[in-house]
Amino acid sequence: MTKQATSRDRRKRRPPVVLVVLAALGLSVFVVPLLGLLARTPWRDLPTVLTSDVVLDALRISVIASLGATAISAILGVPLAWVLARVEFRGRSIVRGLVVLPLVLPPVVGGAALLFALGRRGLIGEPLNQMTGLVLPFSTWGVVIAATFVAMPFLVITVEGGLRNLDPRYEGAAATLGAGRWTVLWRVTLPMIGSSLAAGLALTWARALGEFGATITFAGNLQGRTQTLPLAVFVAMESDRGAAVALSLIMVVISLTVLIVLRHRWWGAI
Amino acid sequence: MVGGDMSRSTGLDAHLVVSRGEAFTLDVSLSIPAGHTVALLGPNGAGKSTVVAAISGLLPLDDGQITLNGRTLDNPADGVLIPAEDRGVGVVFQDYVLFPHLTVVENVEFGLRSRKTPRREARELAIRWLDRIGLDDLADRKPGDLSGGQAQRVALARALITEPDLLLLDEPLAALDATTRVDLRRTLADHLGQFAGPRMLITHDPTEAFLLADEIHVIEDGVITQVGTPDDIRLRPRTPYIADLAGSNLVLGTASSGTVTTGTQQLHIADTQISGPVLAAIHPRAIIIDRHQPDGSPRNTWEATVIRIEHYGDRVRLQTGDPLPLTAEITPDALSDLQIVEGSVVWISIKATEISVQKD
Repeated sequence: MTKQATSRDRRKRRPPVVLVVLAALGLSVFVVPLLGLLARTPWRDLPTVLTSDVVLDALRISVIASLGATAISAILGVPLAWVLARVEFRGRSIVRGLVVLPLVLPPVVGGAALLFALGRRGLIGEPLNQMTGLVLPFSTWGVVIAATFVAMPFLVITVEGGLRNLDPRYEGAAATLGAGRWTVLWRVTLPMIGSSLAAGLALTWARALGEFGATITFAGNLQGRTQTLPLAVFVAMESDRGAAVALSLIMVVISLTVLIVLRHRWWGAI
Repeated sequence: MVGGDMSRSTGLDAHLVVSRGEAFTLDVSLSIPAGHTVALLGPNGAGKSTVVAAISGLLPLDDGQITLNGRTLDNPADGVLIPAEDRGVGVVFQDYVLFPHLTVVENVEFGLRSRKTPRREARELAIRWLDRIGLDDLADRKPGDLSGGQAQRVALARALITEPDLLLLDEPLAALDATTRVDLRRTLADHLGQFAGPRMLITHDPTEAFLLADEIHVIEDGVITQVGTPDDIRLRPRTPYIADLAGSNLVLGTASSGTVTTGTQQLHIADTQISGPVLAAIHPRAIIIDRHQPDGSPRNTWEATVIRIEHYGDRVRLQTGDPLPLTAEITPDALSDLQIVEGSVVWISIKATEISVQKD
């Protein structure tokens, strides 16, 4: 009797087989492509491929674009998140919709829209060009702007979520202790939403690093100027499979490293 | 002498009107002279937190005014609204609201650093405060590591270090367990005594109000329903609600082996372990009134004269005289059945289990 009960208890604890099988299939969706990539990696030629001009140029542009977009998103996105979370105004839901739009919009459409707005003949691009001589499309700045367009929503929604979850009494307590608005923001609000901010920055950076559609439409595909790692992979797939695999591998390694380094802050906030 | 003006200029004088939609309007007048503690006593939802927010500057008034030491803090009619950071109102918030990302000493020095006090000076003062509240060895801990009682002292130090003109305590003991609460009520009373300005205590706990305040304002549904000394409120509650909230009989005495001695009277209690100075609470409904000596199980019986009878709707409160003045509550039917009038001699009986005793 006792033995039977024990074995029944044990069986009870084992997770349902169907779920385990489906979960394993789900995992394979992520793992199989990675295995494919590793299987085709030209390990012997890797050092040469990785130090080629194309790869180094693409790496440089990708670093500039992803970090630049993250920095701009932090400077502009945190205030935007603050306004959305703390200021009640008419049309707030419309503004929030506009902010999130790039998440669902095909990036190519975003790139086209950027071109119509900031291109040489664009709504703002034309007067800007006449006044300052600045040309944004097909420049490294264009790559940064395209990446910012697609990536900043991640920062805004994550930080807004953090602000909404923050008990307003902490800011109130700081105010009664004599802290002005800026002091409250720097010493209480931002530190207390630190994990949301970190998660938002990580997501923003990751999205900017992987950006393809808006970049190629708005900034083109010029090696050493606008060609990022994803664009280089796309080009190399047509000409040099080995380089494409090597470039892909770089992106996998970079992404995985960042995920592992940031894992605690990340899972904590999402 | 200009006595009236004097008291006005060294304390809090407030008429708070705040509307929350159609359903709720707060309309409360308060005045607290320096060196006095006023308790605002009321149930949840009565408007207590609205009072805290309005006085501390986190919620603007719709009407009325707030004057502290002669300075107008809020007056919608004149367009005056001093922001929270410039009010000089020190607040000990409910649950203390210590900044979790800062250490204990950083929490305490926060107010000084916000006022641009040099870093070293702020740190020295904060350490001195921690020393004073006996927590200097916890200076580098995070608030999450503190017990409720320690957190309360840190919150108090954080508020007092800025030398506020008014000290506002919002449910300072509610976050603590029963044993700690009794200990800390004492400490709190000491700290309150050391603060020279007006003190305001917001609480839903009548015992807290009775023991800490010089004057109690009872708030119900956004309005003050009674103002008086703790004895006024306890012995002469003006509404059924206050009678219920604040009507408990509190008896100070000395306990030893199952009895509490107070004056000439001895009360039998259920707890045989407790000894030393205690506070015994007896609910008015737990007191049984008879015309003849009862012979049942109650351990405590004695004869006393009814000195006062008050009617509150479906209840009647009797106040009895020596040897132990108490307030008892019975129904109007019982009153007429027993033919009790003021001056009647009655038998009082209380079961030992109905007397709740805590260390004082």
